[in-house]
Amino acid sequence: MDEKTIWLTLFGMAAVTVVPRLLPVWLLAGRTLPPIVVAWLRYVPVAVLAAMLLPSLVLQQGHLDFSWSNLYFWVSLPTIAVAWKTRNLFLTVITGMGGIALVRYFF
Amino acid sequence: MSQSVVNSEERPDSSPVVRGVLQALPVVMGYIPIGFAYGVLAGQAHLSLFSTLLMSLIVYAGSSQLIAAGLFASGQPMLSIIFTTFIVNLRHLLMSAAVSPYLARWPQVRRLLFAAELTDESFALHSVQFGKRVPAASQVFAVNITAHLSWIFGSWLGFVANTMLTDVKPFGLDYALPAMFVALLLLQIHHWKAVGVALFSGIVAVVFQVAGFATWSVMLATVLGASLGVVLESWTKKQSG
Repeated sequence: MDEKTIWLTLFGMAAVTVVPRLLPVWLLAGRTLPPIVVAWLRYVPVAVLAAMLLPSLVLQQGHLDFSWSNLYFWVSLPTIAVAWKTRNLFLTVITGMGGIALVRYFF
Repeated sequence: MSQSVVNSEERPDSSPVVRGVLQALPVVMGYIPIGFAYGVLAGQAHLSLFSTLLMSLIVYAGSSQLIAAGLFASGQPMLSIIFTTFIVNLRHLLMSAAVSPYLARWPQVRRLLFAAELTDESFALHSVQFGKRVPAASQVFAVNITAHLSWIFGSWLGFVANTMLTDVKPFGLDYALPAMFVALLLLQIHHWKAVGVALFSGIVAVVFQVAGFATWSVMLATVLGASLGVVLESWTKKQSG
């Protein structure tokens, strides 16, 4: 691909990414939504985060993997414990990254 | 339960911009290594430094940029890359819809500027915060701009380091994102219904991916999970009333 086509591609990517970001704000904000829709939207953060997180912890190459080699799953346990206890984003990220680095270093 | 994400909020003496920058720091810690990984891949896909950074500036969506770098490397045509990006980033539609009710008092232009920089991480951070109260606009934008700049900076580092070091694994940097999602998810969970929604939504996403429907798994799991939340909510209301 030449540089011009690459730029065109990037602008196309930007357009299709920004439209879903803007559209709901454009259409919804300032409007009173029915209570059931508000309740539904309240659950979106929990649902979308869990949907992105859980597969990354329990799947390896598209298959369930709870063996010791799946560090992402095992290190998530102390990471979850720290997140639950401290409710601190920073400590949780440090625990997760540190845990992974330690296990890789020693085993 | 309502302890803040970082302690910045408990310092009322600091300016909103400083609070926003501090609030964004955990996201920065995640973005620099992931942006780095993207920069490395973009370099290996023979994108120029300008194109690599331009993508981080105008697309600004982590997983889709990593995927796009791979597609550029394998010589995919323009429309295929654009369409894949669209599918991968469509979930922002739900996130934008979820935060927009909190911003009803903002002028339209400000709301749109905010939404243009919505990412998985900034969304999670803001929705924890907005649930308590919507802070000053300058604080909200300081979060977004700090996160965005760190993403561009990480991309640049990765591109430059491409020739020297390509493996981020020994440092555990590849786990920054999962660890951040763990924290952001747990910060959203305040009652048993949310636990149920999280488990259900996560399991649905896993099932879809194992079944080979990876592309739509996050969207479908989110829609089903949030719907379960509404069902649980009306069910408990009936029980108590």
